[in-house]
Amino acid sequence: MQISVRRSNTTTIFDVSGDIDFANSPEVRESLLREIREIRASRVLVNLTAVRYIDSSGVASLVEGLKASRDYGSRLILFGLSIAAREVLQLSRLLKVFEVYDSEEEALAH
Amino acid sequence: MPRLRGGLLLTMALYSNPRLLSAVRGAVEPLAEALGFSAPHRRSITRAIDEALTNIVRHSYSNQRDRPITLYFRKIRRRIGDSIEQGLEIVLCDRGPAIDPGKFRGRALDEIRPGGLGLHLIHEAMDKVEFTRKGRTNRLRLVKYLSETGDDV
Repeated sequence: MQISVRRSNTTTIFDVSGDIDFANSPEVRESLLREIREIRASRVLVNLTAVRYIDSSGVASLVEGLKASRDYGSRLILFGLSIAAREVLQLSRLLKVFEVYDSEEEALAH
Repeated sequence: MPRLRGGLLLTMALYSNPRLLSAVRGAVEPLAEALGFSAPHRRSITRAIDEALTNIVRHSYSNQRDRPITLYFRKIRRRIGDSIEQGLEIVLCDRGPAIDPGKFRGRALDEIRPGGLGLHLIHEAMDKVEFTRKGRTNRLRLVKYLSETGDDV
């Protein structure tokens, strides 16, 4: 898995690629929480286009990010969900819990 | 080794190191494809096995990375009326302490919180999920049948 970060004003975009599993989901969790709690980004976008696989620990990391964003008055937004990411969020009944957009442009416009 | 007569497709022995999970996923998808499972079912079977392995690492072995796990993949058949249905059986064995079988039911999804989703994903994916303890071995048996409507290759 790889995570790269783009920052612009108060918006942060994480581009995640590869497999998010039990071995590396703590990295996703820590990146999201740091951005929300320490850097205090008002919007944190997560690009899941290139995520080939995500397990329940990866989903749990996103949920933790979502909860932190609510606690700190910011927004956690997902966009470009790959088939794997969409399937898991759907099965976990979390798709409607997150703010989800098809593209980065759409996510930034809201 | 559990009794697995005939139909054995693949055996994998690995340590309980989370970094090895991707190697198992990499083997499962093509195996399920070779048996004729559709892409969504291949993904769900792979997910179920990955989640089961994660549970072994976390709960059975308390995140120790050097404990043994063995997986047996077997082609199975069942008769339904006049027809024969093919399927894939996966047996995951570990040598951790005995687990309460009641914990294999998963949690309700009406609460938004991290954790506890893995079992739900396993049950969602598989037709059978059976946990047994034999001697000092925990044995999780997962079965998925090829359905006529869902698996069109």
